[in-house]
Amino acid sequence: MSKRFTSLALTAHPPAATHRGRGRSRRAVAPFAAASVLVAGAALTGCGQQRDADVYTVMNSSTDESYHRWDAEAMARCGERLGVTIEQQSVPASQVMTKALRMASSKSLPDVVQFDASEMPTFADAGGLVDLRTLGLSTEDIPEGIVDFGSYQGTYYGAARSVNTLALFYNKDVLDRAGVEVPTTWAQLRESAEKLTQGRRYGLALSAGGAEDGVFQFMPFMWSNGGDETDLDGPRVVEALDYWKGLLKDGSLSKSTVNWTQADVNDQFMAGNAAMMINGPWQVETLNSDKSLHWGIAPIPVPETGDDSVGPLGGAVLTVPNTGDEAREKTAGKIVACLSSEQEQLTYALNSWMVPANAKAAAVWRERVPELDSLADQVAVARSRTAKLGAGWSSVSLALQSAFQSALTGQSSETALKRAQQRATSGN
Amino acid sequence: MTTSTVTARTPAKASTTATAPDPDRLRRRRRLAQWGFVAPAVVFMLLFFGYPLVRNVVMSFQHYTPKTFFTGEAPFNGTDNWSNVFQDALFGKALWHTLVFTAGSLLGQFCIGLALAVFFSRRFPLNGVLRSLILLPWLVPMVVSGIVWRRILDQDTGVLNSFLDTLGIGGHTPWLTSPEMALVSVILVNIWIGIPFNMVILYGGLQEIPKELHEAAALDGASAWRTFRSVTLPVLKPVVTVVLVLGFMSTVKILDLILALTDGGPADATQTLGTLTYQNSFVQLDFGAGAVVGNVLILISAVFAVFYLRANRTEGK
Repeated sequence: MSKRFTSLALTAHPPAATHRGRGRSRRAVAPFAAASVLVAGAALTGCGQQRDADVYTVMNSSTDESYHRWDAEAMARCGERLGVTIEQQSVPASQVMTKALRMASSKSLPDVVQFDASEMPTFADAGGLVDLRTLGLSTEDIPEGIVDFGSYQGTYYGAARSVNTLALFYNKDVLDRAGVEVPTTWAQLRESAEKLTQGRRYGLALSAGGAEDGVFQFMPFMWSNGGDETDLDGPRVVEALDYWKGLLKDGSLSKSTVNWTQADVNDQFMAGNAAMMINGPWQVETLNSDKSLHWGIAPIPVPETGDDSVGPLGGAVLTVPNTGDEAREKTAGKIVACLSSEQEQLTYALNSWMVPANAKAAAVWRERVPELDSLADQVAVARSRTAKLGAGWSSVSLALQSAFQSALTGQSSETALKRAQQRATSGN
Repeated sequence: MTTSTVTARTPAKASTTATAPDPDRLRRRRRLAQWGFVAPAVVFMLLFFGYPLVRNVVMSFQHYTPKTFFTGEAPFNGTDNWSNVFQDALFGKALWHTLVFTAGSLLGQFCIGLALAVFFSRRFPLNGVLRSLILLPWLVPMVVSGIVWRRILDQDTGVLNSFLDTLGIGGHTPWLTSPEMALVSVILVNIWIGIPFNMVILYGGLQEIPKELHEAAALDGASAWRTFRSVTLPVLKPVVTVVLVLGFMSTVKILDLILALTDGGPADATQTLGTLTYQNSFVQLDFGAGAVVGNVLILISAVFAVFYLRANRTEGK
């Protein structure tokens, strides 16, 4: 990653240097450039606050080549519009938070940080973010749910470009051959999953791994059934977990489910080891790489006909960290506004298969990608994980992971969830 | 050490008789020079080992949260972190898993490593090629082997189970998916990773043993097993201590392998002190609690380090 960053820095420097060094001899520019590279190196190691006036940094987790490229292109467009150079610094998703905290203590925060929405409250709670409304960002045309998604305690800190949620992906060929309809209720899902389980192929694949992936996947079952994250041992949550246990008992789910991440689930689905899977739109790019695979997408089945399919709202938000430099923060706000503008949202959403946050952009998106229509419907009713618990989400998430893993490997759902609720409350 | 100081002092005495300046001043200057050479090492150790260590101990008595990174304020909260961590049922579980994991890994790595070292100390065709092949696990980054093994050990689609299936034995072993089995599987993978290190060091140790000793044992009519027990092992003892202590240090704090294999699951069956520190500090962002677990790890390692130093000192005498 650092390699990519420095190479970007190098390409970004020459124009900046010539711009300001007009009239300076060429010989003077070379040592200047060399020195600024050294300074950039020092800043990278976190020991200095050396900011170039026209160069703004955006830290995100776009470490995949395609995402990194899309973001770089968007930043180049916005940079041109605003007359600044925008540098992208990508770190693995799990390191964004800790890296940002370290940078905060060394007073070298980037100008814009893209947090996962579930992590944003923690950073906001620490006093690390600037209210985007004071920087002139408007929330017009953004659905209320998505404004809440980027807010913490009523303050709008994070502008989402796109949002996502989970859905049921199914293999059209397999379902057609077995004469199975796409399930819409829990009973149907259980029945068709059992029917579709044949030989080495399981009816359904989902992730119940010991990390946030697993918790994310449990949420639609818990919430659609009326369960609540503040009451983990409530009967509605127990029922949802029992439903998962039932799928496992039927043999419709692989026992390895407790060891799978969402990416593993996608691999299993693509390899033909699962007829249906619970997953998100970020897998679409990979799914489409296999031309012989005909897949469809549907809302996650609900307990009874007529219930709402409530999934977790996922995605990242662009935030402006509190650096104390008001002039820079103002420009950073403009960068966020540009990156999350209607047009940029649409471009990003079409690239990444996620749903634009802006209602107008979402409407255009629906027309362009009709096959993902059901996803847009689900996003409209999806719920944010941190809306109720804010920074307290992580301890509930950890307790819940341990609970559904215990239940899926033998314990009763009730006992497991009781312990989880105790752990979650004592951990806060 | 002692001999060098003796030879160094004699010319100094000779020079005092010749020019007869203050002998005390000379000695002081010499001592100063000696400290001058030691100083960089001391500064280095204090800066890069002492400071983080003290910081970690202090942090375990502080309420250290994400806010601290902005305000720099971390109020002391006495032994709150410690009692919270010790009251957490997960800590006891993780401590037990760490002990089982460390003991199991060391035993497996050492026995297989020693067996291979003895095997390769004979001469036979392709010896060198095979020996370098066995080094491969050592070259693979821990996370990579973790991810590869996770695929191999997958209950349904893993290579290992389908291989066992064709042999007709245990084709559906839940390697990583049952809480009873997961810790054993993680230990087995770690043994696989640790074998090369044990083999290489022990192989080196075996090469150092003079041939005459084995010849003498053979003349006395000792069997191969007897020679191994009464000649090879005792002479190898210092190397064995090194291998075991270094192995202990790297095993007790294991993190990356477990994260890649099981993420501490299923149902916390593979949580160790290492993963618990990680979870406390970097998932829950409760750095005080993370520091407590880290300190416990340091303490355990320190005890073994003392044993190691003591064992080496007696060897030296």
